[in-house]
Amino acid sequence: MPNQEPPLKSLALPYNKGLHNFAVFVAAATLVLIVAGALVTSNDAGLSVPDWPTSFGSLYKIPRMVGGVRFEHSHRMIAELVGLCTIILAFWTWRADKRRWLKGLAIGALGTVIIQGILGGITVLHFLPPAVSSAHAAIAQTFFCIAVCIAMFTGPRWVEEVPQVENDQRKPKLFTLALLSIFLLYVQLVLGAMFRHHGMSWWPHVVHAALVAIALTWTAARALTVYSKIEAVRRPAVTIMFLLITQLCLGFLAFLTRVQWGHDAVQPELPMVISTVAHVAVGALLLATTVILAIQVWRHVPIAFEERVTAGARKPASQGA
Amino acid sequence: MIRKTWLAVLALVCLASLLLLGACSKKENTEQSSNATEEKAATPAPAATPIDPATVATISGTVKYDGTAPKPGKIDMSQDSACKGDNVAETMVVSGGDLANVFVYVKDGLGDRTFDVPKDPVVIDQKGCQYHPHVLGVMTGQNVQIKNDDQTTHNIHPTPKDNREWNESQPPAAAPIEKSFAREEIMLPVKCNQHPWMKMYVNVVKHPFYAVTDKDGKYEIKGLPPGTYTLAFVQEKLGEQTQQVTVAPKDSKTVDQTFKAGAM
Repeated sequence: MPNQEPPLKSLALPYNKGLHNFAVFVAAATLVLIVAGALVTSNDAGLSVPDWPTSFGSLYKIPRMVGGVRFEHSHRMIAELVGLCTIILAFWTWRADKRRWLKGLAIGALGTVIIQGILGGITVLHFLPPAVSSAHAAIAQTFFCIAVCIAMFTGPRWVEEVPQVENDQRKPKLFTLALLSIFLLYVQLVLGAMFRHHGMSWWPHVVHAALVAIALTWTAARALTVYSKIEAVRRPAVTIMFLLITQLCLGFLAFLTRVQWGHDAVQPELPMVISTVAHVAVGALLLATTVILAIQVWRHVPIAFEERVTAGARKPASQGA
Repeated sequence: MIRKTWLAVLALVCLASLLLLGACSKKENTEQSSNATEEKAATPAPAATPIDPATVATISGTVKYDGTAPKPGKIDMSQDSACKGDNVAETMVVSGGDLANVFVYVKDGLGDRTFDVPKDPVVIDQKGCQYHPHVLGVMTGQNVQIKNDDQTTHNIHPTPKDNREWNESQPPAAAPIEKSFAREEIMLPVKCNQHPWMKMYVNVVKHPFYAVTDKDGKYEIKGLPPGTYTLAFVQEKLGEQTQQVTVAPKDSKTVDQTFKAGAM
């Protein structure tokens, strides 16, 4: 059968170690950038450099790194590095990888980082409007998830391993649970960002945390009880449980240090800064790990074809050819 | 080939958007500044209502705090070695029951009277990485001169509800920044985002009958025409309290006020 399409594995993707390592670096640098951004917000330093895209009128001069400037300008410098690396990653993926969808994802990453930079500028020039600052925080973690996905898709496990497939027989499907968890985590991210940027009270974020915890526990428990043999599913599920417990503890600490003890503070205090920044960083890791779990579930625990396609839409193989 | 062309076009559009945004922001700032100036210039100040100086009265008094004063918050200035100021916050300054930094002003009773805006500016000095004074009164349209006496850069960032927000940096030894506020606003916060402990409050009123209590809790409002007024006492944490006061011609009245603990 000369015209038959080859199976997916026979695309024979070569593992590109350099590209993968660079993608891992971009993802790691993005996490550092998220921490730097969280430090800016926690130290109330968002407007310590009043202009943008210049810093105190210059595009290249490094100002005296004291007070709030050291947080804001460090954030800008790391952002520039991540932006530059994303351009390189997009062009490298475009040229070196055969997968069209991955090329699209890399270009999407570039578009996201550009939007993110513009949002960062708007929020400075318009004195931190809560909606824009929150969008800046949410897109930061969206970009982090994209960078982590690119790192995963270019990794040796994804490229070289044959997926260990096991059809999902239970309801709701594990994939549905994973998608629900991502959705709830994203809502939680937006609620947290709105609270941090003075656009909303703290209680929606705290109340919604219970929903997120239930959804994540359900998802991870299902993955661990039914599909623990599949390593690609088991590992993110275990990580999610660990990160969820850590995140709930950090959330409680952040609530104590900021809402209970810190509301009358003369200036941002160290316990408040540490707990809130760690809460943001672990939140980003939790979202990215849940995205990884969803993708690995989609790959290893697919929903049976019969369930994906309604009976009426199904055609016999001979007619469909 | 077509795909590469599209990519190049996309990159150019993104770059142009960035440059345009930067240019727009500068233009917007310039426009805002010029609008503020125009607002002042285009609206001629109405002639001041004459007041007979022979009949004017004076209100003075002391503002007290009834209760145990909270310990003043400590400031950590270690973020900037150029900051060598007093490490105590001025959120509540109480000494022997006397409450400083209370803004006292005539809230009601002046009717439609208008008043000349003083030509002399009021001064905000940034010294020891603190604002001096901590609470300031100014008339609408009056110039506020902001000086930096520190060997570090500050940024001055008022966060008003009813006036225009702005945020400007001021390096050491830079020329004073001159600003004014167009609308009445009480306890308008001003902060420095470079030194997060630096906070002060500007109070903008349409008349000259206001004062800020000193470290002994004392204030004095002079030149008030005879009449019945609502006198307001505003403290940044304790909020506002008012009293009705009637002053006769040439009267010199003492009006004291006490904020009770637990009012926060």
